[in-house]
Amino acid sequence: MSAEGSLKTDLTVYVGILVLAGVQIFMAYHSPGVVRMLVIAAIQAFLAVMFFMHLRDEKSTLKLALIPATLFVLVMMNMVWADSFRLIQFRAFPK
Amino acid sequence: MTEANLSMEHGAGVMEERPFAIPSKKLVMWLFIISDACTFGAMLFAYGYVRNAAPDWPHHFETASIINVAIMTFILVTSSLTMLIGTRAAHAGDKAGAIRFTFITVALGLVFAALHLREWASMIHEGATLFQNPWGAPLFGASFFGITGLHLAHVISGAIALTVVALGYKRGRYNADDIEIWSLYWHFVDLVWMFVVPMVYLLNVAQ
Repeated sequence: MSAEGSLKTDLTVYVGILVLAGVQIFMAYHSPGVVRMLVIAAIQAFLAVMFFMHLRDEKSTLKLALIPATLFVLVMMNMVWADSFRLIQFRAFPK
Repeated sequence: MTEANLSMEHGAGVMEERPFAIPSKKLVMWLFIISDACTFGAMLFAYGYVRNAAPDWPHHFETASIINVAIMTFILVTSSLTMLIGTRAAHAGDKAGAIRFTFITVALGLVFAALHLREWASMIHEGATLFQNPWGAPLFGASFFGITGLHLAHVISGAIALTVVALGYKRGRYNADDIEIWSLYWHFVDLVWMFVVPMVYLLNVAQ
């Protein structure tokens, strides 16, 4: 752990993550939407990785080794949606 | 560096500089975390798939459940903060403070697990199992218990690991780096919960 950052920064990020969680709960009752919910979750995750896990203090080589590969795998998983939408309409694969 | 040097010398002085400038143990933890992120990612994508494809997906979670989830979120995020304080104390040489805050983190993790198990018990009492539930699509139970169960297993195993590391740190077997490395795992467990809450709970609120 590097010396960068402080307890004040940690507390700010902590409060920020909790506020975002509160916003999500508010949205669940007033304007639920999967994309909006996941964008907020992604912001929370970014804050947690960069400030709680201190990835921002690490060398850029580590960031480059970890982040693009993980995002690539997660983005490629999005291929399932087309089939998921097909299922709800009960349409067979085109012949 | 010549081949002769590589074959003859074993001292750290002649070795190539570490590309990431972190201890090997920390790199291994990061690699574990990204592989685990892909595991949870796959489970959440599978959950999204079946939820999207099921016309009668249950919107089961009442306000009491959401309040419980809000409390659980508060506890887990707070446990990340206490883990951060414990890690800072360990690096500052404050051994007692590091151990105290690590055990506070463990206690918060166990409270989280207890609240989660109470919720499970309530749902099981209402008739939800892995294979059926009274509210709609049968896969609801399998995906709910699968995802939250995997997360709960991470919380419990994290609490056990932090206890072992804190006790080892107290006896001098482990050092501040070990506390920091396991704090990464704990923050990751917190991070995963940030995706589980909206996907599994908030998008299925009973309106």
